[in-house]
This record gives sequence, C-alpha cells and structure tokens, in this order.
Amino acid sequence: MSTRSRLLLCVAVLAALHLGVACAGFFAPYDPAAQDREHPYAPPMRLHFVDGQGGLHLRPFFYAQALRSGSFDAYEENRTRAIPVEFFISGAPYRVLGVLPLRMHLFGGDVPVYLLGSDGYGRDLLSRVLFGGQVSLLAGLIGAGLTLSIGLCIGAAAGFWGGWKDEALMRVAELFLALPWIYLLFAMRAFLPLAVPPLKAFLLVIMVIGAVGWARPARMVRGIVLSAKERDFVRAARGFGASGGYLLRQHILPETASVVLTQAAILVPQFVLAEMTLSFLGLGVPEPVPSWGNMLASLQHYNVLVSYWWMYLPALAMVPFFLGYLVLASLLQGSRGTSKIGEVFGGV
Amino acid sequence: MWQIGTVFAVTLGCVLCIHSAVSFPSQASAKEELLRVAGESGRRGGRIVIALRSEPKTLNPLIAADGTSREVISAMQADLVHINRATQLTEPALAKSWKISADGLRYTLTLRQGLKFSDGHPLDMEDVLFTFRVYLDEAVHATQRDLLIIDGKPITVRKVDAQTVVFQLAKPYGVGERMFDGWAILPRHLLETAYKEGKLAQSGALGTAANQWAGLGAFRLKEYVAGQRLVLERNPYYWKTDEQGSRLPYLDEIVFLIVPSADAQVLRFQSGETDMISRLGAENFSVLSRQARDYTMTDAGPGLEYNFLFFNLNELGEKAPAEMARKQSWFRAEKFRQAVSQAIDREAIVRLVYQGRGAALWGPVTPGNPRWANAAIAHAGRSLDKSRQLLAEAGFRLISAENGESRLVDADGKPVEFSIITSASNADRAKMAALIQDDLKQLGMRVQVVPLELRSLIDRVTQTKEYDACVLGITSYDADPNPELNVWLSNGGMHLWNPSQKHPATDWEAEIDRLMEQQLTATNTAQRKKLYDRVQEILSERQPMIFLASPDILVGAKRSIGNFHPAVLEPYVLWNVEQLYQRNGAENARR
Repeated sequence: MSTRSRLLLCVAVLAALHLGVACAGFFAPYDPAAQDREHPYAPPMRLHFVDGQGGLHLRPFFYAQALRSGSFDAYEENRTRAIPVEFFISGAPYRVLGVLPLRMHLFGGDVPVYLLGSDGYGRDLLSRVLFGGQVSLLAGLIGAGLTLSIGLCIGAAAGFWGGWKDEALMRVAELFLALPWIYLLFAMRAFLPLAVPPLKAFLLVIMVIGAVGWARPARMVRGIVLSAKERDFVRAARGFGASGGYLLRQHILPETASVVLTQAAILVPQFVLAEMTLSFLGLGVPEPVPSWGNMLASLQHYNVLVSYWWMYLPALAMVPFFLGYLVLASLLQGSRGTSKIGEVFGGV
Repeated sequence: MWQIGTVFAVTLGCVLCIHSAVSFPSQASAKEELLRVAGESGRRGGRIVIALRSEPKTLNPLIAADGTSREVISAMQADLVHINRATQLTEPALAKSWKISADGLRYTLTLRQGLKFSDGHPLDMEDVLFTFRVYLDEAVHATQRDLLIIDGKPITVRKVDAQTVVFQLAKPYGVGERMFDGWAILPRHLLETAYKEGKLAQSGALGTAANQWAGLGAFRLKEYVAGQRLVLERNPYYWKTDEQGSRLPYLDEIVFLIVPSADAQVLRFQSGETDMISRLGAENFSVLSRQARDYTMTDAGPGLEYNFLFFNLNELGEKAPAEMARKQSWFRAEKFRQAVSQAIDREAIVRLVYQGRGAALWGPVTPGNPRWANAAIAHAGRSLDKSRQLLAEAGFRLISAENGESRLVDADGKPVEFSIITSASNADRAKMAALIQDDLKQLGMRVQVVPLELRSLIDRVTQTKEYDACVLGITSYDADPNPELNVWLSNGGMHLWNPSQKHPATDWEAEIDRLMEQQLTATNTAQRKKLYDRVQEILSERQPMIFLASPDILVGAKRSIGNFHPAVLEPYVLWNVEQLYQRNGAENARR
C-alpha cells in the first residue's frame, strides 16, 4: 500500500471515529446524565444470539438484570424472558452537532440495556463514553487549532522579521515553556466565581491548554521560516519586488505546512490527554456533564478500582483515537517530501 | 438496621455491670480502691496497631478539638464519671460514687483511694481542684469551657476532705452527672509551672518527652515519630481490674499509624499491617467484607452523624450583590425549602451512598439515639407533585426553555439556579450532592455541585458567607441534646445557616433558643425530652437544615482481637481499650 493510500485509510478511520462521537446522541441509547437509581454499578450486559434451548435468533437479545436481594451492587440475570434489542427506537431527546433536534436512537429495549455497564448513579456508561468523547475530543481539536494558529503567527513573525522582534518573541516563548500550566489553571480557577457553568468551564479548559502550548510549535515554525526565507526562490521573488506579506503567504508559509500538520496530529491526542488530566483532577467540566477524564475520576476510589472493572472502559475509548492520530503523524512525517522544496531537491 | 445497635447496646449493658464497691485485687496494695469491670478475661501482653486519618494536633485535653487528638487522648486520660459508650449510661470512674442534692444544685463526688498518675505520682484532691481551675480559666481557652458555665455563672469546686469534692451549680443542670464525662483530670505536678507562666496551651505537644506527660488513662506516652506513628504503652498504675482481679489494660502497647487517606487505611488493614479499622465508608466496608479472611467486619448500627443540606440565610447587608439577594429571597421562603426537602429521594441516598448501611433522616436525631428522637416527626416520602405545588404557592412557575426542558422561574421570571458546595475529600457527601442535583432538576432547578477543600468550605460558611447552599454533616459526641447547643442556639458558631447572630433573626430561632436554654436547666429527663421534641418539630417545619441521611458505624478488626465490641459513640473501637487483648499471642510484629 502506498503512503498516500495508507494516509487516506488512516484519515477515513479517524473521520469515522469522530463522526461516531459527533453523533453520540444517535449511537447512545440514553441521556448521559439520566440516573437509573435501581441499577447502580450494573455490569455490562451480554448480547445473546443463542437462547437457553439452543435456538438461534437473528435479532440479538439480552436478559434483564436486577439487584440480588440484600445486595447493592451484585446483579443476577432474569433468564426466563429474552428481551430483543430494538433498533431505531425513539428515546431521550438530543441534538446532532448541537443543532438538529432528534429523538431517534440506534438501539434500545423494553428494559434498560447497559452494554458497557452503569456507574454509581446508574448512568449508562456507553452513552457517557460517547458524549464524554464530544467534550474530550473537541477540547483536543480546538485546543490544538488554537495552539497552532498562535504558534504559526508568532513563529512566522519572529522568523521572518528577525532582529529584536525575534529576540523578544522567543524570550516570551521560553517564558511560556517554563510555565507550570496545571498551577496556572489552579490560579485561574481561584479568580473565577464559585460555580462555573459547564460550558464556561469547558471554554476555560480549552483556552488554557490552547494558550499555553503555542511556544513549541512557534519555535519549530520559526526555524523553518528562517531557513526558507534564505532559499533561492524566495530571494528571487524578493528580487522581483514581492512584498513581505506576499512572500509569507505564497512561498514561506506553505513550507511549514507539513510541520504544522504533523504537529497537529501529535498535539490533538496530547490535548485530549490534558483535558482528561484536568477533568480527572476535578478542574475540567463539572458533573454531571461527562468527559473521559471525569469518568475516570471515580477510579480514584479503592472500592471502585477493585470492584467494578467496567469503570476502566473510558480509558480504553481513547486508544483507537490516539493510535489513529499517532499513525497519521508518522505517515505525515514520512511524506514530507511533498513540499515544494522536496519536489525541487528530491526530498530533504 | 438500628435494632442491631440497640440489641447490642442492651446486651452489653447487662454484661457490663460495674462494681463500684471496694475490691482488693491481689496485685494491688491494700490502700488502692480499684474498679472491677465485667467482661471476657483476656491475656496480658501484645500490642495492637491502628491507623489515624490525620496526625493528632496535641495530647493536651484542654485544647484538643479535632477527632484524632480526642481519640488518642481518650486512651491516656480519665474522667471523674464516665459515659459507657456501649450502654450510653454513666458509670463510676475516678469518682467511686456521687450524690446529687435534692435541688439539683450540689454534686458531691467521692474519689477512689490510692490512685496514681501514669508516672507513679499519687493523685490527690489538689489535682482535681487544679484541673477545674484551669478549665475555667478564660486565659487558657479550654475548648469545653462553655459547658462549665451555667446561666452565666461558672461552676464552683470545693474540697471537703481528702476524698470528697463538691461542685456547686447556679442552676440545676439537665444532664446531671453526665456533665463530668470528658473532663480529664490533669497532673498538677507536671503542669502547674507551665500554668503559672501562662504556657499551658503549649504543653502536651506531640514532641513532649514521655516522662514529662502523664494521665490517669489506661495507656501512657512512649514514643512519637513525626508524620509516622505515635506509640502508647501500658499504664502500670491503671485503676481497673478484670473479673479475676488482674490489673488492666491487657495490651502492652498501642501503635497509632498516621495514614491520611481512607483508601490507604483499607489497604493497610487488608494486608494485616493494622489490627482494627474504624470510620469506614460503606463501599470500602463491602470490599473488605467480601474478601474477609482473618478479620471480622461489623456494622455497629446507626451512629450519631447527621448529614444535611442548608441554604445561606445570613443577613448579608447592603453590600451583597443583587444576584445573591435574589437567591436569598428564594432561600428565605419556607415553602421553597419545604419543596426542596419533599423532592429529595432520601431512600436513594441510603441505597446509593451507604449501600443500605444507613438511615434516611427527617430530623437531627439519628436512629442511633432513639431516646431523644421525636417519634411524631413525619417521615414524608418523596413527592415531586407536592414539591411543585409548594413552589407554585410560593410564586415560582415552570416555563419551557428553548431546548425543550422545563425550567423553574421565580415571580420576576428569573431562572432558579444555585450551587451546592461540598467537601471534596468526602466522597459520600459529594455523591449526595450529585443525587440532590438530579432530584432538583426534576423541579426545573439548575443546580451545580462545587467540591471544595474542607477548610475553604468552612471558611465560606462561617466567615465570608459566600455560598448558596452546602451539604455538610455533624457528628455528636454524646447521645444528648447538649453537645448540639452551639448548632441550635442562634448565637452558636455552628448555627450553620446563619452563625453567631447577635439577636435571633426569626421568631422560630428565638423559640429554639428559649427551648434549648430551658432544657439545659430542666432536671427532669421527661421535661427535657418534651422541650427537645418541640425543637425537632420546629426544625422539621421550618427546614433551616434539610436532613438527609445518617451512616452506620462500620468497623473491622482481626479475629485475634478479644473483647472487640464497637460502639456507636466515639471512639468507636477504642472505647474499651483497657479490655482489648490479643487472643493467641499473634501480636503484630510489624509497625
């Protein structure tokens, strides 16, 4: 498989994963904040195709779970009645991509169905993982976008104009590299009002992780701009009277494209992880809004750690995303030869 | 659940009959009047290891305010009359008997003969007089001083002869001889110099040399390693014997390990590093019960901890932001508070937070304290319809918001939104707040839960008063209304919804003040009960605190520990520390 088709495949897989999360409301059977107090810490339900008598069912079915009498977290299946999974059923209202209101869900059943189990409040983990992905991935994507735009502007400016401007910008970048951003967030949190609504908290997290990380990409961009502006074709263009802005737009910034893309593929999972860290520590989006980080926060308790293995599942959710992004980053790095310099000199 | 506790307390009450008569155990000198206690006879020697959640602040009973200090001190000190933690009744301690005059104003206590402090120095009446002089001295700032001031006048203490002392009160005291519990008799020979120099508060720091500190309790200080452990050793002069007449305590040592996190305590106990564990959460309790090997886990029944939700009802004056003033106009409406109370699913709290090991509450008196509970208080089940009706009567109405959800708005059309603060280190209360958040969402209220570090939470509630609502809990140290005085009196520092008022803000708070003061000096228990019943009635009607639930006391101990009879009063597992023993010589080799 050529690099190009591998790249396409990787992008397609990532796009499919993101689409799944973007349409969380459709794939998730329930509202992520809905509590089912009769089913706390319900283990993942098994889907069956073969019933007790050995009969094969084309439509998968499951058995209802109920708390064993006298217990508060041990369940038993009621095997007397097979409940078929129903597809495309109407349920809790949601909005696709935050606009289109819908009620249709991919699947559901007569009785609650928890494919990934439920948490301590009886909330469906599958729904929470999907909706939590919206928060965590969006934080990663917007954060990376913000970081790269700031990094690109500052790096290009510093590299292109050089001199004292370069010096000043790079010293500021070093200052930002040295900032302990977790403590910065603690400090920012202290200045905010006591209760921050979920949306505000989310934007705050994105701003902090986005605004603090620009220094590294800025330095990389600056390096490329420094070398690119001395290239012959740039000098030639300057000789023909091209303005600074034109040179940057047409000749210099395109040189940085592969670095910026590779950086993006590396930064997105990094920032998703940053959001997870903050939410894990209780500084991210507040309950009951799910994010992968605050879902894992319950694992800080010893009893959850040893009793309910399905509470680890949100940690697995990020694996395909992270692998996707890392493969993308390495493919992009391998295909740097597509830049203009590469075409001229046969790869750098 | 609470029946278990009661049955347990009653059985222990029968078994633990106390002989206050003079007895002469073989090992004791003829002059010593020792107290013979009933119960299983144990084996001398060995030690137990137990974890403390935080480092004790002090060993000095005068200034100890935190739970861990009190727990350690209770093993090292003794009082004149003691409340048996299992029966919740008084029993003789350093005083072998007492008489109360007919008018209830004079208490005559007779001291045991031949008592010695843990350093061998004999106890005499001067020590008792010194102790109460110090407790009453305002310059010392003793934490319990207020309890010795009755009707504005301090108790006076007078020596009659070498063994007899008289306490004179200005007014009869409702609790009777219970008031002597918890006043550790101090060693004058060690503390008098410090007292005269005004440095008494600095004495008894944890770094104190073992020979510079003494008490009349079962154990004495041996060693302290900062941040790691505190070791107590057997007091050879202790004044109790078992049924056979051998001098207690049985154990040679108690080792307190400092293990700050609850989860780490569970791990230490599970690996056998500690012998006992108390103050367990229900979830950790069930983890330990499931894997129980060489230890037994005990649900001692409902304790005295009550958890509640309260709103900020402070008079914030004109400086308060307009938004806060609007929120307070909701919180001040009794119907609003009643509606919130009606909407809370207390049964769900008991099931999801305490895994059924607790009780739903509608008043401050828990099922662990059946004698003082007002049985007439209605246990109103959850009813969203009633809540909505109450809110409608108070001028609130529901509108449908743009996203299809219905939202509650006040008479001016402003949406009802507020935040509940809760302690971040207490997983149980955080979970309660999350359940309440969901309950109130059904009424159209938008609630946010804000976990805060405990110190900053207390600061907000009692000092800056910058909060909307708060979920908190209080644990009484005695099954009596008196320890609750500063919660219910409007000038009390723990009158959480509006602390330290100069004048009662409302009529009903003034009535509670009056009732609490009346019960303080009523001598007849039935009379006191009637007054306190009325206090509970007012609380249930006005809902300044919305009571939620009370957890059971959950403890565990290795099977090798003898005489392990946990109580629902603090210190839950160490109240009979002198009788605990290691059954088979399997003492804990590790520290």
